[in-house]
Order: sequence, then structure tokens, then C-alpha cells
Amino acid sequence: MINAVKREIPEYIEGYGKVKPFMGAYANYGEVTRTSIKLKSVKPGENKILSSIKEALLKCDIKDGMTVSFHHHLRNGDYVLNMVLEEIAKLGVKDITVAASSIFPCHAPMVEHIKNGVVTKIYTNYMSGPVAEAVSKGLLKYPAIMHTHGGRARAIESGDLHIDIAFIAAPTCDTYGNINGVEGKSACGSLGYAIPDAMYADKVVAVTDNLVDYPACPIEISQEYVDYIVKVDEIGDPKGIVSGTTRITKDPVGLKIAKLAAQLIDESGLLKDGFSFQTGAGGTSLAVAAYVKDIMKRKNIKGSFAAGGITGYIVEMFEEGLFRVLFDVQCFDLKAVESYKNNRAHQGMSASMYGNPHNKGAVVNNLDVMILGATEIDTDFNVNVTTGSNGVIMGGSGGHSDTAAGSKLSIVVTQLTKARLPIIVDSVTTVTTPGETIDAVVTERGIAINPRRTDLLEKLKDSNLPLYSIEELKAMAEKLTGVPEKIEFEDKIVAVVEYRDGSVIDVLRQVR
Amino acid sequence: MRRSMLFIPGNNPSMIQNAPVLGADSIILDLEDAVSIDEKDSARYLVRNALLEIDFSGCERVVRINSIGTNFGYDDIDVIGRVKPDALIIPKATEEAVEEVDDLLSAIEREEGFKLGSIKIIPLIETAIGLEDVFNIVKSSKRVVAVLLGAEDLTADMEIKRTKEGEEIFYARSKVVSVCKALKVDAIDTPFTDVNDFEGLRKDSEKAKLIGMTGKAAINPRQIDIINEVFSPSKDDIEWAKRVILAYEEAQREGKGVFSLDGKMVDAPILQRAKNIIEKAKAIGLIKG
Repeated sequence: MINAVKREIPEYIEGYGKVKPFMGAYANYGEVTRTSIKLKSVKPGENKILSSIKEALLKCDIKDGMTVSFHHHLRNGDYVLNMVLEEIAKLGVKDITVAASSIFPCHAPMVEHIKNGVVTKIYTNYMSGPVAEAVSKGLLKYPAIMHTHGGRARAIESGDLHIDIAFIAAPTCDTYGNINGVEGKSACGSLGYAIPDAMYADKVVAVTDNLVDYPACPIEISQEYVDYIVKVDEIGDPKGIVSGTTRITKDPVGLKIAKLAAQLIDESGLLKDGFSFQTGAGGTSLAVAAYVKDIMKRKNIKGSFAAGGITGYIVEMFEEGLFRVLFDVQCFDLKAVESYKNNRAHQGMSASMYGNPHNKGAVVNNLDVMILGATEIDTDFNVNVTTGSNGVIMGGSGGHSDTAAGSKLSIVVTQLTKARLPIIVDSVTTVTTPGETIDAVVTERGIAINPRRTDLLEKLKDSNLPLYSIEELKAMAEKLTGVPEKIEFEDKIVAVVEYRDGSVIDVLRQVR
Repeated sequence: MRRSMLFIPGNNPSMIQNAPVLGADSIILDLEDAVSIDEKDSARYLVRNALLEIDFSGCERVVRINSIGTNFGYDDIDVIGRVKPDALIIPKATEEAVEEVDDLLSAIEREEGFKLGSIKIIPLIETAIGLEDVFNIVKSSKRVVAVLLGAEDLTADMEIKRTKEGEEIFYARSKVVSVCKALKVDAIDTPFTDVNDFEGLRKDSEKAKLIGMTGKAAINPRQIDIINEVFSPSKDDIEWAKRVILAYEEAQREGKGVFSLDGKMVDAPILQRAKNIIEKAKAIGLIKG
């Protein structure tokens, strides 16, 4: 069958099941049901502290076919996922589903577990490195399922993704299971992505390298959700968890793109008191924030909030009074961690509050402007942030599709060409985010506005911005690079890309 | 218009490809100091192909050739001249060098069927002898459209210390400006070499503008916005110029030969200055019309 972004999708996928085709970004709102939770209540006097991950696995009755979950606040410094899978493998358990909110190069040991049948299925919102390559090569028994950040929360809350055991990497945990991310040697700030796991898993195990006396303060994930606590030497490598600082790009082309994007935001009419904004931690995205900051200061504009993964640069804007509140699902650097710890208006949010389309209103719904990246964008404005130019998985939506759908103005910032390849193409290799939710593409040579946004085009008709059609931008790119040959794939489906509402927007096939 | 002239190394394909989007009025593709001896040939052909293939989106396309005291310089002129750059920069310019390059370009233009004199020359004044002879250097060819001051080599030649404040090049700047004004060509100021000191860049640019420089070379794309801003007419300049022209038009209607504005007499040079400001503002897009 053909879905709403013109992708040929099977009606049934072996190892995934019956396919619900993507029908449009706003097709599936309305009444939904949350799953019920089964838990074992704790009597006064019971001890939650266990001596090892192995003991925790045994206490949770680990067995073949179970789903274990992880969150990615420790990013490329995470040790917890590898430690848990190693113990599972040692116990001889097979056929495990790993539901990790993101998978990084540090999780390379999982490849062996995939090869020997310990791990046979993966749910994730983003993956890069050896595991992503193994999936693309078809080594995983069943197709991986790629969610969005909000979509993962939706899947957990609805019961589409049932977690048997959630492992919470806890930078600080007290002896009764109260967790925070702001204290301890592995402090990472907000624990927003772990919250749905903690609330909906059958069993929750906190793994910590900073076990403190009861009660911990502050509490981000509370004792009412935590079954067991395991103390380990280290839950991660601080160098990979948060960077010292996130920096604005010095690349002149990136700066040119950022400047144009800021001009577009200014001319859109959205940059006024109450403005809300989100941008990624990439150098060009941060540079957009820098130019927006200049405009806000010059025009004395006071924004309402900035959201998402929070960087030190956004914290600086907040501290200068340019935003009243920050909504933080993940801290990207030490400055953000420090601010999250010390400032009440720097508030945490769960993955569900951030982007779940099936709750009573996510933060993304209130975003004015979202700055997004792309590895490819096509003439229908569909964006690929999942696969690279060789067809191999190198990312995933994360919050891309959630924020694009929610925000009033979603802007993709990208160079027109990268590594001698055009970024604007006739049809993207993988649709991660549907074009109907992308409003503008800003490149160093010009800006294309989605023709669906007639209101925006009308607003910009007298502006000095270098406006082109997306086809014209594509032609400019191809003039520089030529037209690359199409990537060839095998027939085997190696991953299913689920849109935030759980429908299938695309499938990924095995690379040749 | 040459408010900003950005040096791009002639051996860096990605920078060359992106050069047109950076906002500089002129791009200087550099075959001289930016390119090591063993890359001279490849850079020359890279620049040649870039001039043939890349759409520079209206930026002036200038190539700094090697000195014609070397074989590289002759090869540069022969290869680059045939793809018709807008101008060549002649390093350590002397009257003889400019005349010789003029002759070589004329021969190429005849052979290739280009309009005679269409490839312009920008002498780079970076020696004491060049500075003292700058009037004759500019006069020596009708192709000369601007003079670029190169203060790093000049101060080395004069055995004086180069400073951020630039007091040591006050004479050189003034001399270049005076000659350029006399001979109606652009005076382009030396680059500011601390690429991370934007406040210093602004001060240096303002100092150069104050004594009459019309533009400035840049060695980093991040310097362009400030240079363009400094060398563009300010809002106040434009307002003043509009008022001068309105007063002039009114005086014309009333048949007055001389007129005044804000109690000051407006004569022909002031009127011309106002017209120049308006023309420049239109060219930059600061005002429509």
C-alpha cells in the first residue's frame, strides 16, 4: 500500500506485525486509551537495595523474550546498557527486546549480542555507530522500530511498547529509590526521557554510582516507581555524558545560514513578546539562537520559553531575561546541568510532556519556532534524518517530527551541498518527518518556503530575503554537484520508521 | 563597489565554492601567499576551473597572481587571463610590473577575442618604493581600478613594528588615499589580521574610512559583515544626502545658483558627495530606486 508520503509500505511486516499506514501528521488525534500498570507493592521494612545487576535481573524474573528499556541521558558515555546486556547474556537469556531511547557508538558491545541471538529486536528513537550499522546490514533478527521522542512516550503509555524491566541510569539515588540527575559524578541534568519508562514498566531498577541517604533532594523520579536499586562503581564516562561547553559554529557558511534563518524568524512576525523557541545543539542551530538573541535584545523582546535539549547558550539567553522559563528534557552541557539544578524556572519535562501527540497537550504544541537539521530534504519538503548518503542508519527522529508537527514555524537549516552531495533531492531515501510539517528550508544560497504556507509567503512577499522555490534550490545544488546515483537496497526490511502517532511513515531496507 | 574584498586560498576547493555566498563585494582568489610552492600549479588550474564553472552571483572575481619576478607569475597571467577574471592583483607592484602585466593582458585579450582593457588591474602597494611611486603606478595603466594597501609586507620592508592601532601606517594610508582620490580609483585598506578581534576590526575599519579609504580587504569571512557595515553609508549619511538633494532640486526650481542647508552653504563638491552616497546606498540595497 502507499501511505500519505507516497511510500510503498507492506500491509504486514514479519517480526513487526500489521502495518498502520501514515495518513497525515494530524490524522490520529482524538480519544485514546492508556494501558494499565501491574506492580508489586512494597511493605514497610522491605529493602530495595540489591548487590548486583545480576541479582536485579533474577529478582525481576528475567526470561527469554522480555523487553528491557534504557534512557540516553548519559549519551555516548553510558555504561548501563552494556553492563545489563552482559549480565543477561551470561545468564543464557535469549531473544531480548532492547527499548533504548537512543543508541550511541559506546553501545558497540550490543552487536555481539545481536549476532548471538541475545538481542533480537530494538526500539529506539535515534541510533548511530556500530549497532546502527549492524541493523542496516540486516544482522538483527526482527526489524528495528524507530520512534520519535514523543512517539516513544505514546507507545509506552498506550501499551504498544510494553516494558518488562526498565533500567534507570541514576546519577544520584537514595536508599528507597528517589532519583535525580543533578548530583553525583555522573550528573547529567534532566531525566525527562526516563520518566515514561519508570511510570509504565512492570519492574524498575535504578542503577547508580551515587547512593545517598534517604531522602534525596531534589527528586525527579520518585520512590513510588522504583522496585530495586543497584550500586555500581560507575554508570558512565563523564567525558561522554556532557560536553564542557557547546559552541556556536565558526564556519562562515553555517553562520550565513543561521543569519538568514534569524532574518526569516524576524520577518515571520512570530518574534515578539511571548516568543517560544527550540533549537538543537549543533553549531549552526546554536548560531541561529545567537542571531535571534541579537534581534531580541535590539527590539527588547521578552520570550516565554525555550525547550528541548538545553544548551549553555540557551541558558545564557534565559539568564539574560530573554526567556521566562526553560523546559528541559535533557541537558547538553555542564552549564545547562548547573542551571537546571539551581533555577526553579529551568523546569524539567518528561518525554511525554515534551512531544507525545496522545496526551492532553505537549509542550511542542506551544512552540513558535523550531530549528531543525536534515541529511536530505525532498521537493515535497519531506526530511530524512535517519539514513546517511550510503543508506546506512546514522540517526533518527529524536524530537524532529514532534517539534516539526507542533511548532508554528519549523525551519530546516542545512548547507545546500554536503561532502559533494546535494541535500535537496527529488525523493529522500527515508522519510523521517513529513513535508506537511516543514515550513521552510534555509540554505546558504537561499530560502524555500513550503507552498502550503500561503500565509507565510504572503507575509514575506515584500521582504529582502532570497526566496526561491525548492526546485530552484535543488537545481542550484545539482549545478554544483551533479545528480548522484540512487542507492540500491536488498528487499529485506531492517527497520520500521513509526511516525509519532504509531503509524508507519517508512521502512528501511538492508544495505548492499 | 568594493567595500569588502575577501581573500580565499586558491588551493581550497570548498572555500572557493562557497565564496559567493559570504557577502563580500569582491572575492580575491589567492595564488600567491596562501599557496605553497608545490601547489602553485594545481591551485592555478583550480582557480581557472572555478572561474569557468562557478556562478559568483555578482561578486567581483579577482585573482592575486604571483609576482612577475617569478615564473609562476607569468604562468598565472597566461592561464587565468584566458578565463577572463574581473581583475588581477599584482603583488609588490611597481610601475614596470603594472606596464608589463598590461601588455600581457592586452595580448591575451586580442588572442581570445575579449574587449581590450576588460581585465582590470589592482596594484598591491606593499613596499616603500611602491608606496612612494604609487601615483605613477596607478597612472601606468588604464586598467587600474583600485589600489590595495598591504601593510604587513610594507612595515616589514620599512623595518617597523606593525601594531593593532596602526599609527605606523597613517602616512601610507593617507598617501594611497590621496593618490586614489586624485586619479579616481578605489582605495582598499590593508586586512586586519586578528580574526577573532571584531571590536578591533571595527575600530581599524572606521579609522581607515575616516581618512578616505573606500573599502577593506578581509582574510576571514567573519570579518565581512563589519567591513560592509562600516564602508556603507550610515542612515544619518543617507538622510543628510537626501536632504541636500531635495534642497538642490528646490534651489534649481527657484533658479538659485547657490543654496544653503542648515545654515551652511552647499557647493558642487558637497552636492557630488551627497549624490555619491545615494548612489552607493542604492547599489547596496539600502534604499530602493
